[in-house]
Amino acid sequence: MVMAAGVRKRFGLLEVLKGIDLEVRRGEVMCMLGPSGSGKSTFLRCINHLERINAGRLSVDGELVGYREAGGKLYELHEKEVARKRAEIGMVFQHFNLFPHMTALDNVALAPTLVKRLGREEARRRGRELLARVGLGDKLDTYPVALSGGQKQRVAIARALAMAPKLMLFDEPTSALDPELVGEVLDVMRGLAKDGMTMIVVTHELGFAREVADTAVFMDGGVVVETGPPGEVLAAPRHERTRAFLSKVL
Amino acid sequence: MSVSEQSEVGAGRHEEIRAVPVRRPGRWVAAVVVLVVVASLIRSAVANKNFQWHLVGQYLFDGRITHGVVITIELTLIAMAIGIGLGVLLAIMRQSPNPVVKWASWLYIFFFRGTPVYVQLVFWGFFGALYKDVSIGVPFGGPVLLHASSNTLISSFNAAILGLGLNEGAYMAEVVRAGLISVDEGQTEAAHALGLSPGQTLRKIVLPQAMRVIIPPTGNETISMLKTTSLVVAIGGVYELMSEGAAIYGATYNPMPVLITVSIWYLALTSVLYVAQYFIERRYGRGFTRSERGRWRARTLALSTGNEHGAGPV
Ligand SMILES: Nc1ncnc2c1ncn2[C@@H]1O[C@H](COP(=O)(O)OP(=O)(O)O)[C@@H](O)[C@H]1O
Ligand SMILES: [Mg+2]
Repeated sequence: MVMAAGVRKRFGLLEVLKGIDLEVRRGEVMCMLGPSGSGKSTFLRCINHLERINAGRLSVDGELVGYREAGGKLYELHEKEVARKRAEIGMVFQHFNLFPHMTALDNVALAPTLVKRLGREEARRRGRELLARVGLGDKLDTYPVALSGGQKQRVAIARALAMAPKLMLFDEPTSALDPELVGEVLDVMRGLAKDGMTMIVVTHELGFAREVADTAVFMDGGVVVETGPPGEVLAAPRHERTRAFLSKVL
Repeated sequence: MSVSEQSEVGAGRHEEIRAVPVRRPGRWVAAVVVLVVVASLIRSAVANKNFQWHLVGQYLFDGRITHGVVITIELTLIAMAIGIGLGVLLAIMRQSPNPVVKWASWLYIFFFRGTPVYVQLVFWGFFGALYKDVSIGVPFGGPVLLHASSNTLISSFNAAILGLGLNEGAYMAEVVRAGLISVDEGQTEAAHALGLSPGQTLRKIVLPQAMRVIIPPTGNETISMLKTTSLVVAIGGVYELMSEGAAIYGATYNPMPVLITVSIWYLALTSVLYVAQYFIERRYGRGFTRSERGRWRARTLALSTGNEHGAGPV
């Protein structure tokens, strides 16, 4: 589903991704962890072309991200095509980024009406279903400001799911939450994984990673230090850097 | 609240507190001084024969004055509409990745903010002398879509509208830009991640949120515009409120009652704008306040727009 080969990303002179090789297969869950500034968010943002990569190849579902290859040349995609591809990838942010001027239901129903041209009633019906699925059936008409962090993040997940994505990206979805609210968000994500959603999750919730992930990836300084089944990477890391990091997280 | 340790204080602790408030004699003194000053000002205005209040009453609904009021309203509304439209366009151009577009916007704002509106109005009044004819079409020899003599196209009224509207555009551009940059980048990012196009993101996500920041200074601009319309005397031939008034007292040599009448009308129109601003702010304030009043506002609004659930439980 996601193939990264030698992906590099620079901001000015600062090289943030220094050749990332990773693969996520359909239905798999990959958990990424690593110290702050190691490039995890940047990598996720590259996958839906919020950032453009400087070198390497990155593809989702067999198609290059942001480019088209023909006759040995790369052609930049038009904004519309980029938008169409982004619509197939759900993204959940650390700080929720809900639209504050819309109710929970409008947050969820907006993109299907605008992007998928779904009828307003149909979009709202599906929005209600999705909010019920994340346990917020009673918060349809509540504005984000009146929701708790955990509720906000669940609305954000429902909003992403409303586009029926084939891949979900989570960037530290529980890092901004009070400890007692983390569980409700992880429960929703666990349910998604069980339903076969392909997911890349940046998280430091080791319990979640151990239980749900098919692959764990440890990143540091813009490179993948270690990757493998979570049982190995998290329980018996081979690299000193991984070990040092995990001892701090625990 | 822990009550257990206070049992010695006595039985009164569950009653509502009725304390003697701190005395603030200074407040009373200040209030009395202000009231006395205001009362004497009113008394002097009413008693002074020179104000000629009976004439004010006559002028208030005089046909010439009410005609001036209508023209003033028209000028204000049309010039603000042009100003706001232009302001949005210029603000978006300012953020364009295209350097030529960005630079053009900057130059426009620099020019129109940097010269007095009075000068600009005079300029538009003389436009016919500068350009005899106006053609709209593809430049440098392309087809012509519209061709007319300047004097028919740019009547005094249109010159006033152009002068006020183009000038306002420069100010509104900065107002709108302040609004746009006040919206968190995460909003754009979330919208893009959902597959919204840049145009949809602007219209549905960024602008509605920017409105909160844009509206108060726009209200300010509108009130300012209401009074700036009186400067169109620079062009001549546009009889808005102030010009009509000036024409009256030019003939009677008795300006005071006319000026009072005109002021009353400007105040009345400004009051209407206050009310309009209140409702517009309420419309765009939804979702931004946690306060009881904000929720109440949101709920009444949801009810009045036919939303069956109101703002929902909080
Ligand atoms: N838009 C940007 N411009 C410049 N530097 C950036 C930008 N975004 C991220 N960076 C830098 O890239 C590095 C990696 O950031 P990030 O991917 O957010 O790390 P992580 O998510 O692992 O904490 C950091 O040093 C950060 O300062
Ligand atoms: Mg990050």
